[in-house]
Amino acid sequence: MKDAKRSAARPVPLDIDAIIDDPGTRIIVCCGAGGVGKTTTAAALGLRAAERGRCAVVLTVDPARRLAQSMGLTELDNTPRLVSRHEGGGQLYAMMLDMKRTFDEIIEAHADPERARQILSNPFYQSLSSSFSGTQEYMAMEKLGQLRRSDEWDLIVVDTPPSRSALDFLDAPERLGRFLDGRFIRLLTAPAKAGGRSAFKLLNAGFGLVAGAMTKLLGAQVLKDLQTFVSALDAVFGGFRQRAELTYKLLQAPGTAFVVVAAPERDAMREASYFVERLAEERMPLAGLVVNRVHDAPANGLSAARSAAAAEDLESRGEHELTAAVLRLHTGRMQLVAREHREQEHFVSAHPTVPVVQVRAMSEDVHDLAGLRQIGELLASA
Amino acid sequence: MESRDTDWDGVRLHVVTGKGGTGKTTVAAALALALAAGGRKVLLVEVEGRQGIAQIFDLPPLPYEERKIAVAPSGGDVYALSVDPEEAMLDYLEMFYGMRRAGRALTKMGVVDFATTVAPGFRDVLVTGKTTEAVRRRGKNGKRVYDAVVLDAPPTGRITRFLNVTQEVAGLARVGPIKNHSDLVSGVVKSPETAVHFVTLLEEMPVQETLDGIAELREAGLPAGGVFINMVRESQLPRTALDKAVKGGFDVTELALGLKAAGLADGADADAVAEALAGEVVEYAHRAVLEHEEREALSEAALPRYELPLLADGVDLAGLYELAESIRTQGAA
Ligand SMILES: Nc1ncnc2c1ncn2[C@@H]1O[C@H](COP(=O)(O)OP(=O)(O)OP(=O)(O)O)[C@@H](O)[C@H]1O
Ligand SMILES: Nc1ncnc2c1ncn2[C@@H]1O[C@H](COP(=O)(O)OP(=O)(O)OP(=O)(O)O)[C@@H](O)[C@H]1O
Ligand SMILES: [Mg+2]
Ligand SMILES: [Mg+2]
Repeated sequence: MKDAKRSAARPVPLDIDAIIDDPGTRIIVCCGAGGVGKTTTAAALGLRAAERGRCAVVLTVDPARRLAQSMGLTELDNTPRLVSRHEGGGQLYAMMLDMKRTFDEIIEAHADPERARQILSNPFYQSLSSSFSGTQEYMAMEKLGQLRRSDEWDLIVVDTPPSRSALDFLDAPERLGRFLDGRFIRLLTAPAKAGGRSAFKLLNAGFGLVAGAMTKLLGAQVLKDLQTFVSALDAVFGGFRQRAELTYKLLQAPGTAFVVVAAPERDAMREASYFVERLAEERMPLAGLVVNRVHDAPANGLSAARSAAAAEDLESRGEHELTAAVLRLHTGRMQLVAREHREQEHFVSAHPTVPVVQVRAMSEDVHDLAGLRQIGELLASA
Repeated sequence: MESRDTDWDGVRLHVVTGKGGTGKTTVAAALALALAAGGRKVLLVEVEGRQGIAQIFDLPPLPYEERKIAVAPSGGDVYALSVDPEEAMLDYLEMFYGMRRAGRALTKMGVVDFATTVAPGFRDVLVTGKTTEAVRRRGKNGKRVYDAVVLDAPPTGRITRFLNVTQEVAGLARVGPIKNHSDLVSGVVKSPETAVHFVTLLEEMPVQETLDGIAELREAGLPAGGVFINMVRESQLPRTALDKAVKGGFDVTELALGLKAAGLADGADADAVAEALAGEVVEYAHRAVLEHEEREALSEAALPRYELPLLADGVDLAGLYELAESIRTQGAA
């Protein structure tokens, strides 16, 4: 009985190599809470896939400076660069997302040149395109769609933007859509659609009140800028929404694999839980969970309690200071290991069928190809 | 109220920023407690609607209203406020124009939502406006209502834009009330009454972000405060032992002797355990070297630094008071 219970808590191992070796896998999305290792995992998976013969491109969002340099990503030019070639024809490309440029390109593709110019130079557009919360997520998806449509790579590994919540990535397109469909936008664009000013009055008697308040609040110029912006943008709305829907479908396709990354900490594991549930709801294919930066203790035969008691004993006797300090260190480490273990167990008992792999915490940050290779090996070692 | 000598005498607005997850909310809360200690009145403000303050103080969600949430060591009160941009907008309309009804209409039509989405600068102005109003507010006796206000601010990547409201709004509103309002906010934020503190860990990315953030802040003419190094692991291992460990010369024999003396193991077993433990020490020592480098890097910013310990059991209320105490003994409050 006890054994059965224990094995129930042991997760299914995640077979990363089976996923990256499968030519049917065309997109891998790495997502998770902030700072858990999404970028590192994405880059490591891309490198490993290339070493195993795939022609892979990694779409990173915000690599640490040194990691970016080691992949030759010294400037944001919004197109993939060749990082390395490997035996068996494998190739690794990488690029860093330029959010604003991606946004500009969409506008240029969907509006006639005059409209595009109007939009691009509008202060509201500039503000929206560089700081709308969700723009980064949306543009990462847009870029993914572009890379996929180009069909130049047989595997695309996507890193997702740093956000508190992993769900932001899935919610962003809808949020942008909701924003574009909002009452106020419809109100502002209504006159243009109805072909005259009168529509203003017709549509909403309350608009006068609102416009008055806004003019008072923001000044007349602002309201005018806003209206110009909205009506110009109206022309590209349809295209926007259509693209977002296409990319969303792409994420549900069988060639896509979501890799959820988490650190063995409460917040990150909880975030991973939400995300796994959400993927199931959206019918998006989950490959498994990577628990990154896990600690182990080489001397794990010595329990925290015994170690602490022995340290105390030595300290009270005033002997073997060095040993006492080492035992204190070990106690802390065993406690950490136990805590990390508990956090993972919660996840596994809630999601017993989700494949899991653990990646050990390195003593150094990962900032070169050798480091990525090592992470790749660990990812494949479940 | 006791008088005391701290690094931030004269500062009334403490803005706490840092990379996501480094402990901004935790440090802001502990700093508020530390500043309130000894009979002061401090307001702790949250701006992203995440109810992090309620969580950390183990309270139900905070309303858009200043209310007392904690008592500081040796008297003193911490109040808290969760600023909601929409409510702040209504406040603002009412306060300056007596237009509450129009405000409601704006909200219902989704105008506020729209404006704050398309131009986060508006949202920031509303939020910082509410905060600076609390900083400036005076009671009937003509004295300031709060001795200090602590702001749990957005992360490093956004902090300069967030505080540099005039700049952000300038492109959108060149004249008019919003502009005037943002000038008022800017007057407080750029004054010596404000200090922007950075929370970081001794890791490469948070440290780099901190240094970049400080540079950006300075360039914008905003006042950088102190650097709070959070989650510092402490160990009694002497420097010399760590140095040896890094160079592969850690004294395993002495360790084994100690294990025997403590009755933990004997004979070959003691050597094996010592060997395994030494592995842990070496790893720790490597980490310590890197942390040392990060500390050095931080020192380039030439700002006061404070170190807060990693609490083994996470941050509960007792832990918060412990951090507050540490902040006080280091002279940050
Ligand atoms: N297994 C590991 N061992 C040690 N360090 C690691 C490990 N994985 C990642 N790191 C380091 O942790 C830091 C954060 O990793 P990374 O940038 O991949 O996270 P992220 O999830 O992309 O963060 P963000 O949400 O900010 O985008 C980096 O400095 C990286 O080198
Ligand atoms: N000194 C500490 N010792 C132990 N745990 C800590 C310490 N400081 C913060 N933490 C823990 O780290 C986590 C992140 O802290 P906190 O929420 O304060 O960070 P934050 O910077 O406000 O995060 P966010 O960017 O999400 O707002 C929390 O679980 C908190 O309890
Ligand atoms: Mg990242
Ligand atoms: Mg916080």
